[in-house]
Amino acid sequence: MSAPTDAPAVPAGSTDMVSVRAVHKVFGHGHDAVHVLKGVDLDVPRGSVTVILGPSGSGKSTLLRCINELEEITGGSVVVGGDLMGYRKDDKGILHRLHPKAVARQRSRIGMVFQRFHLFPHMTAVENIMEAPVQVRGLTKKAARQRALELIERVGLSDRTDHYPAQLSGGQQQRVAIARALAMDPELMLFDEPTSALDPELVGEVLSVMQDLARSGMTMIVVTHEIGFAREVADHVVFMDDGVIVESGPPSRVLDDPREQRTKDFLAHVL
Amino acid sequence: MTTQTSPSGSDPVPNRIHARPVPRPGRLVAAVAVLVLAAMAANALITNENFRWDVVWLYLRDIVVIRGVMWTLVLTFGSMAIAVVLAVALAMMRRSDNPVMRSVSWAWIWFFRGTPIYTQLIFWGLLAVLYPRLSLGIPFGPEFFSFRTDEVLTAFWLALFGLAFNESAYLAEIVRAGLTSVDPGQTEAAKALGMKDGKIMRRVVLPQAMRVIVPPTGNETISMLKTTSLVVAVPLTFELTYATSAIGNRTFLPIPLLVIAALWYLLITSILMVGQHYLEQYYGRGFGTSTRRRGRGKGPAGGKQAAIAAAGTVQQDVNKDVTP
Repeated sequence: MSAPTDAPAVPAGSTDMVSVRAVHKVFGHGHDAVHVLKGVDLDVPRGSVTVILGPSGSGKSTLLRCINELEEITGGSVVVGGDLMGYRKDDKGILHRLHPKAVARQRSRIGMVFQRFHLFPHMTAVENIMEAPVQVRGLTKKAARQRALELIERVGLSDRTDHYPAQLSGGQQQRVAIARALAMDPELMLFDEPTSALDPELVGEVLSVMQDLARSGMTMIVVTHEIGFAREVADHVVFMDDGVIVESGPPSRVLDDPREQRTKDFLAHVL
Repeated sequence: MTTQTSPSGSDPVPNRIHARPVPRPGRLVAAVAVLVLAAMAANALITNENFRWDVVWLYLRDIVVIRGVMWTLVLTFGSMAIAVVLAVALAMMRRSDNPVMRSVSWAWIWFFRGTPIYTQLIFWGLLAVLYPRLSLGIPFGPEFFSFRTDEVLTAFWLALFGLAFNESAYLAEIVRAGLTSVDPGQTEAAKALGMKDGKIMRRVVLPQAMRVIVPPTGNETISMLKTTSLVVAVPLTFELTYATSAIGNRTFLPIPLLVIAALWYLLITSILMVGQHYLEQYYGRGFGTSTRRRGRGKGPAGGKQAAIAAAGTVQQDVNKDVTP
């Protein structure tokens, strides 16, 4: 395993949108320390869809949260769009922690959709979508609203523009959340179990919005239990267990012809 | 059930139940007893000559009393405004990563909550005795400027800041509770969008915390209205309680003047309650009127979802409008 400070300098124009190298994540210290990620390597080509599968507690969500710096990694490196996330490397190869403002700027290029939506409850659907473009990008309210209305149409909710999140169904809230993330024109979209908190009959509407997004060429990393989605939409399926990537490859290979026993056991349970 | 239902045909429930309610004679007895007691109390108030309602009416609108009301209002709102600003700062300091900030905030709250407001106000009144001159400069180093304490910090300012400092300690805990009540997922979502900490606090966390902060702050404001009567300790002698009791002592009619003070406090409190109602409504927007539930639970809440479905604001066939 490479040393943690060995951040690879990704050549410009590389086809990889995301490059995760030997990432370790430890929560807590001493006796309470929990080693959640134990050396994860992952490459996500630009414009591709990667689905991460695995039992709960395997570190899937943590990996996703390490990619957009919601969690600080303990070792290794994460490079998104050619930028080393969270750090600056000087001429001598020493890492310097980036200022929170710079980290915020890095995050603004990565969209994230959460299991429990996390829409801002005191803002209407359209205000939720306008918030980041106005507050982060400095767009005028008028321009942001224009763009928000386009996005809300794209997720099929033009008739819910001025509803508060509490007045929307779970599926509608999640679609607004996707539109909110898209409003920042991200290069990469992360989905953290986007349908797990939904009633079964609402799952389809969210998956279909995600499918459209994949078709439009968005680079996506999706943590999900929806095997059908993985089979249909993913270019790449990654199976994680106990903090490591057990197996990865095209969906047909990993889902229909798994090599590892752990993958077989997991698929036997969910299929 | 004694209400007449519409004639059969227009009633969508053909077999509507018209059952007799459970007899509750105890309720009637209790209501009558309480009403009689209330009438006795009203009678005792109105017919008792000693209350001197004529004097109450005469002095209710006395210029000294009105001026007292004004000073009371200025002290209440002035000190609350300063206290709110201080409290937000103190609450954020308590949550800071910086241990110095945390400790200073803790010590401030510890001191101002831990000593009686009356004692604090006496000390503020004695400030000019303790420190005849105040100066700004580097400790043990040069001074930039100095002034005579009693010339600049008059009784009014001492009373105002004395009340505000004390109140800020209580409010800081209320604000902290409010900030803690906001789902951490809200901060994460804002972070993921690239918002900076200050913006997240102002745009996302504080507006939601206000829902929790406003009701107890209204309570504190009403409490402050009456706490202002303690500024006589500074001493500041214009506010309502002092003004009315001064007239009472002068005219040898303390009781009607006490009644006047009580009536004014009641009136202002009533107005404050109306204001608080509207504030709560404003900060409650986006949240169901009756539910205080937050997006913590997994999935949509049954009760709220049912209510929304009943209101017809949510499309029944939710998959219909999905782009194919």
